[in-house]
Amino acid sequence: MTISIDPQKTNNESLQPKGWLRYFSFSLDHKVIGIQYLICGFLFYLIGGTLASAIRIELASPMSDFMPRDVYNQVLTLHGTIMIFLWIVPVVNGAFGNYLVPFYVGARDMAFPRLNAVAFWLIPPSGLMLVASYFVEGAAQAGWTAYPPLSITTPQSGQIIWILSVLLLGGSSIFGGINFIATIIKLRRPGLKLMQLPMYCWAMLGTSLLVVLSTPVLAGTLILLSFDIIANTGFFNPVLGGNVVVYQHLFWFYSHPAVYIMVLPAFGLVSEILPVHSRKPLFGYTTMVFSIMGIVVLGLVVWAHHMFTSGTPPWMRLFFTIATAFIAVPTGIKFFNWVATLWGGKISINSAILFSCGFIINFVFGGITGVALAQVPFDIHVHDTYFVVAHFHYIVYGGTVFIIFSSIYHWFPKVTGKLLNEKLGILHFIITFIGFNLCFAPQHWLGLNGMPRRVAEYDPQFQFVNQISSLGALLMAISTIPFLINVFLSARNGKDAGDNPWNALTPEWLTSSPPPVENWEGEAPLVEEPYGYGKEIPEQN
Amino acid sequence: MLNKNIYLILIISLVFAISFWIGFNVNLLPAEASINAPIYDELFKILFIIGLIIFIGMTIAVIYSLFKFRKRNDQIGDGIALEGNLSLEIVWTIIPSIIVLLIGLYSYNIYDRMGGMKELNHNHEMMSSNTEKIWAGISQTSDNEMAINNLPIEVSAMQFAFLFNYPKGNFISGELHVPVDQKVSIKMESKDVIHAFWVPEFRIKQDIIPGQPTILNFTPTKVGKYPIICAELCGPYHGGMRASIIVEEESDYNEWFNKNKKSEVNL
Repeated sequence: MTISIDPQKTNNESLQPKGWLRYFSFSLDHKVIGIQYLICGFLFYLIGGTLASAIRIELASPMSDFMPRDVYNQVLTLHGTIMIFLWIVPVVNGAFGNYLVPFYVGARDMAFPRLNAVAFWLIPPSGLMLVASYFVEGAAQAGWTAYPPLSITTPQSGQIIWILSVLLLGGSSIFGGINFIATIIKLRRPGLKLMQLPMYCWAMLGTSLLVVLSTPVLAGTLILLSFDIIANTGFFNPVLGGNVVVYQHLFWFYSHPAVYIMVLPAFGLVSEILPVHSRKPLFGYTTMVFSIMGIVVLGLVVWAHHMFTSGTPPWMRLFFTIATAFIAVPTGIKFFNWVATLWGGKISINSAILFSCGFIINFVFGGITGVALAQVPFDIHVHDTYFVVAHFHYIVYGGTVFIIFSSIYHWFPKVTGKLLNEKLGILHFIITFIGFNLCFAPQHWLGLNGMPRRVAEYDPQFQFVNQISSLGALLMAISTIPFLINVFLSARNGKDAGDNPWNALTPEWLTSSPPPVENWEGEAPLVEEPYGYGKEIPEQN
Repeated sequence: MLNKNIYLILIISLVFAISFWIGFNVNLLPAEASINAPIYDELFKILFIIGLIIFIGMTIAVIYSLFKFRKRNDQIGDGIALEGNLSLEIVWTIIPSIIVLLIGLYSYNIYDRMGGMKELNHNHEMMSSNTEKIWAGISQTSDNEMAINNLPIEVSAMQFAFLFNYPKGNFISGELHVPVDQKVSIKMESKDVIHAFWVPEFRIKQDIIPGQPTILNFTPTKVGKYPIICAELCGPYHGGMRASIIVEEESDYNEWFNKNKKSEVNL
């Protein structure tokens, strides 16, 4: 474990390509791997977004007229799977985690650099495999939840490739989780205490615990499902005496924590961004740490709230209602703390802070509908409707994806040494915010009034509201244009950022931008107060 | 300082007033056509108002901070070095805990009134000789407990249709006919994949599972024709998997029932 700490032994550095070529190599540098995760994830985001556009085009009219019905089911399955397993999870964990965690703990790399590279390189082939399954016999078409018996009865090749691909991605996620836990616990710079770590480390520690505890359950479940499909076993096949509801329990035992795997890192990232741009310490550090751990513990015991209509016994419904609703408490603490961080600050209004504040507003909305959905009698009416679709997009898009963009605006100067264009950034924020809310807010009404999810056709009475939603989706698609232009232009001709354009105090900024291979030229600095704003007047330059 | 507090109180009361006004005047729900529906809508209204208060309050706090505490061009340096406030943090831990607990208890009460906590045992035993375990749906209570014996209906779902079997009349229908103001009990089982039985106007939903019967009890209160919607992805034609429930006056229902009844019951 000392290998990576000692700069003299940085793994066969001379063999590593330099310049942009290193992003296409089996690099062991955590910074390169982080960027590889980000760009790979963003490419899949574009694919998943194209699929989302196809869904919204289909739903712009009540009839199923844009694509065949089975293709529609393949599109929605691929959209969900790609967005979760190839965009959000790899980016908030893999990309930012790899780039930032070694800086935050004062290390020169992750604990297991080779495992780290393997974890990344599992992603492109499994993603390509997933997309390519469309050209075999059609992709999986049982939704990203792959509930049997539907997943057993649909064309086998697509479902099997889907399972293999998710297994590889799950493996990648577990490798990453182990690596983060080891790095945060064992690789901290001497003298750095756990309670001095930046909040993102705590978020990654909590997330990685969830990954390591729950992902193997998904892997086991999917292996059993694949036996049912290819070997005619009867684990979940009711014809052979299997129980379909058992699959749902096992699936959601992973897939509810997966929501926290997607949002906890975002909570960590926003905790880094807000203090810097509002020039104030993070409000309530200790309660933030405890609420992350509270969310981790509660997150593991709420899975059956996805199954209130599956025929669960009453006592179970009651327990899962209360447990789920109580997640709102630690989550609420975090949101109050962030607003308190803004309060009384000297806030620079820029793209990073706007996306973070957009995140707060969207996520609070999604959290409120989440508490409502936790109530069994409420859920029974809206379960499996567009209300749920709206709710989780408020969490994962309005929440996490907003934070991904916020983080890109915040750390772009770190990675490239160039600033992103603020005007284009603010334009990007405005179009995204309006488009997102236009797309998903009306879907709550659709769900309440009788439109189930995952349908290619619907009652004509819902047409107008669906068209508003599709218009919002169009805006969301358009919003990527100023973003992409911004990234390409700024990377080439952007304003020089200097080493620390935000005058930030967290350790990644206490080195040159972009950082050297060993992260710091000399010793890693000991940052005891990563949020010590306002304590001394920082140098203005 | 006094001035500031007055503004704060004013804004908070305004947020409450707006939330209550919206909660009571904006209807987001379809027609109410079962005993369940008004109970559901009561819960919805309460959650809607609480949600609005929190959402509007937080949004105002964020936007106000962005305006009020934005960095002016002539300003340098940092904000105040405030790292936390224990009493404030305790307040915003305890208050949400209490709200969440109260909502939980209240929704438990609502669920109980819908009949969700009731044991499901009755009347289906006579339909199936083997002692199968039946999983709970909602067992709604009704004043008219006697009525139920007339109406055990077996629902079978398949890709992509519902079939309604009336064992008492020995016939199968593609539409679900039920009399108004009487408790209806349906026992559902799927022939292939998972489906769901959803009537938005009744605010009820229950998955229909292969190999595992489920029960749903409800009492329609309004004559009319309502859609039965499959809410669980069941294949390419999932979006078209619909049926109708026709709620009729008892006399109309009896007429329909007798017309379809097959006299020779060969069991």
